[in-house]
Amino acid sequence: MFLQTLVTGLSIGAIYSLMAVGYSLIFSVLSFSNFAHGAVIMLGAYIGLALASKLGLGFALVMSGAGAGVIAMINERVAYAALRRRGAPSLYLMISAMGCSMFLENMVYATIGARFYAFPEFFGSRTVRLWGSSLSLLDLCAFVISVTAVFALHLFITRTRTGIAIRAGVNDMTMCSLMGVNTDRLISVVFFIAGAFAGVAGVFLGVRYLVYPTMGWVTNKAYIAAVIGGLGSLPGAMMGGLILGVLETLVSTYISSVMRDVFSFTALTALLICLPDGLMGAETEDKV
Amino acid sequence: MYYHYALNIFLLACVNMIAVLGVSIFTGFTGLFSLGHAAFVGIGAYTAGVLTYHWYVPFPLAILAAMLASGAASLIIGVPTLRAKLRSDYFAIAIMGFGEALRVCLENLSITNGARGLSLDELSGPAWVVGALLASLAFARSLLKSRFGAMFVSVREDPVAAEMIGINLFRTRLLSLVVSAVLCGVSGALLAHRLAFIQPVMFTMTQSTQLLASVIAGGMGSVSGPVIVSLIFTALPEMLRNLEMYRLPAYGLLLVMIMIFRPQGLMGYREISDILRGARGFLSEKRR
Repeated sequence: MFLQTLVTGLSIGAIYSLMAVGYSLIFSVLSFSNFAHGAVIMLGAYIGLALASKLGLGFALVMSGAGAGVIAMINERVAYAALRRRGAPSLYLMISAMGCSMFLENMVYATIGARFYAFPEFFGSRTVRLWGSSLSLLDLCAFVISVTAVFALHLFITRTRTGIAIRAGVNDMTMCSLMGVNTDRLISVVFFIAGAFAGVAGVFLGVRYLVYPTMGWVTNKAYIAAVIGGLGSLPGAMMGGLILGVLETLVSTYISSVMRDVFSFTALTALLICLPDGLMGAETEDKV
Repeated sequence: MYYHYALNIFLLACVNMIAVLGVSIFTGFTGLFSLGHAAFVGIGAYTAGVLTYHWYVPFPLAILAAMLASGAASLIIGVPTLRAKLRSDYFAIAIMGFGEALRVCLENLSITNGARGLSLDELSGPAWVVGALLASLAFARSLLKSRFGAMFVSVREDPVAAEMIGINLFRTRLLSLVVSAVLCGVSGALLAHRLAFIQPVMFTMTQSTQLLASVIAGGMGSVSGPVIVSLIFTALPEMLRNLEMYRLPAYGLLLVMIMIFRPQGLMGYREISDILRGARGFLSEKRR
């Protein structure tokens, strides 16, 4: 029973990580909270839903990742690029992101409708027996794919030229562009990666629960996970997501499923009091 | 008949204006982003509602209690998140979680009658609503004209420079938050007894973003701008009832457009009185 809860928690946590890593990546490059992340997740889930019944889950995952990545890229070009070039304060970027999120979510609501959709059954209730407890195949699959994706991102960021450019951009965007990096393209790449992760997370959330216009609210959890890990830190976001997922599942299994969200928020507040920088955050104070 | 309808819309707009005034002080003047001020409206509404519903507390006392409750809630959330010089993103995320947690609590408590909502008496008549609005406006005006108003603006414009001249960032931001939460609490108490019915879903992020949209569209750093815009935002959807579905997407689009093309909003750091005075000055200049 405990092992089962742990694996469920890890799988939910891995999905949170996927969202939190994308969100944290954007935060570290442009230092603003991209509140449109939830809308991208939702759109990814809808793309997956449209494709999954005919083409299978694997293809749907790839396509919704790519589709959500492109949506995030377009979003950046339309809503943030002008502000970014003008050097507007990050408050303006946040407001613009909020506007995008409102627009996308409610357009889906107005056009596709508020109906809840379910993915076709891919895993059914198939389980894997392990040390006397039965683990759901969906949980294992979501966990493995999410962790692999985050690991691949880590390799990309540390081992490739573009990855090095991203890390340089995190440090100092102006200097980075003086070194001959095309920052517009760099930021597009960052948004594509974040969007792709969001899309994959959206499909997993859709398979696990349902697909509906306001499903993007789960990003609340991603934000909390990112803050737990320390805003802007990718390993931190990964850890934060896993910890939050496991804790939440434990709370809803052993205490009360209703109080789960209250618990995550209380945990966040408690953490901010004890560890204001998160688990792996560097300095969070604004520098002069 | 038509007169009553128009009067009701106008009073509802007045109630909204009080909350918008609160958000304007926090976001417009102090430059902090909030995605959860509807939570303070909700706390005010439920405190006053529960008091008059269960214990027949006189309405003025209920309003007072609502103010106290919202103020106390803002301290609980504000002290850990605004402490030291943490980035304001932490606050935006924490208050979002707070709003969600509050909704879950309201939906599951028996004293609030859960998700079914509370039916109340219509206690806040025109005199109460208009009186409260005028009192709030007078209060906000005198606060913003005072030393504290100057402190808010300097924190918004440049936190580092503000700190250099001896302004305590934490205390200033916290003061601004408490004032804005108290105003939202008043608005909630009036709203509850204006509509005579409250439900937890009335105080979600959608409401928070509408408050924020009014402030941004009206102009940050202006009192009259947001107040005028919130009147338009309440009245316009009533006239365009059949386009109801597209109201929220339009708000979203509006936010993005404003940030890109006119980040100062409608009034942008000015008041109606400034413009009138400016016009008079311009005319007299010409005459000379």
